[in-house]
Amino acid sequence: MKARVTISLKNGVLDPQGKAIEHALHGLGFDGVNDVRQGKIIELDLGDIAKENAASEVERMCTQLLANTVIENYSIELLD
Amino acid sequence: MKAAVIVFPGSNCDRDMKVAIEQSLGHAPSMVWHADTELPPTDLIAIPGGFSYGDYLRCGAIAGNSPIMREVVKKASQGTLVLAVCNGFQVATETGMLPGALLRNANQKFICKDVDLKVVSDNKYFAGSFTKGDTVRFPVAHHDGNYFADEETRKRLHGEGMIAFQYADADGNVNAETNINGSVDNIAGIYNEKGNILADAASGTPDKRRAGWHGRQSVFR
Repeated sequence: MKARVTISLKNGVLDPQGKAIEHALHGLGFDGVNDVRQGKIIELDLGDIAKENAASEVERMCTQLLANTVIENYSIELLD
Repeated sequence: MKAAVIVFPGSNCDRDMKVAIEQSLGHAPSMVWHADTELPPTDLIAIPGGFSYGDYLRCGAIAGNSPIMREVVKKASQGTLVLAVCNGFQVATETGMLPGALLRNANQKFICKDVDLKVVSDNKYFAGSFTKGDTVRFPVAHHDGNYFADEETRKRLHGEGMIAFQYADADGNVNAETNINGSVDNIAGIYNEKGNILADAASGTPDKRRAGWHGRQSVFR
């Protein structure tokens, strides 16, 4: 079982890196870009684990370490 | 007073902290490795600045989950003094000892300079040589010093006298122009509710021994 965790800053939390990317895209002529938010993806290889256990295990990993829920949202995808 | 400095892989200011404490207290602190699970008897725990674990994942996140930090959190809850500086502030918020979080500076720049801070609250443990309303000059050397807290937390910080320092000018004026990194309400340092934990984003990396220790020393009562 593999899992992919996507972490992004919450709405309302300033994302200076996203802003810098937005400015750079505008500089390249991509004027249609209204906003950029950046984040990170963490891929986990969980070995032989039942799908239902994997979901709760990754959830715990997110709240304890992978994401800081003061400033970040996370979403979990389980990949067979 | 006995002191201990927590040492994380990748940090580069633990020895500066040691020198500062030695100069301030007259004797050397214990240096405690992150993988240890017990602290020596101590009255003050210092979490130094630097780049613990290379700032991987999030600044302070991996250090905040290291074995020794569980013990630090426990001792802090029992009243042991904790001084968390720069990366130490990030580590302290990651453990949940202090509210909020630190983000990348709003201007995306690594800021390395001396800044004026307004002393916002009096505290019975720290800040012995200055009082509420004073302006102090501390060195800053950080890339992720942009303090964030949600509305509810901000109200609590203001209401319970938990704000230690705000970015200001030399006359103590706090406004958008003196906000060097985008921190909410210009917040540069906070206390916990009980006042035994002080964290500040100032006092930074390479030049603090030159410029900052007069300020840093005076943090100890």
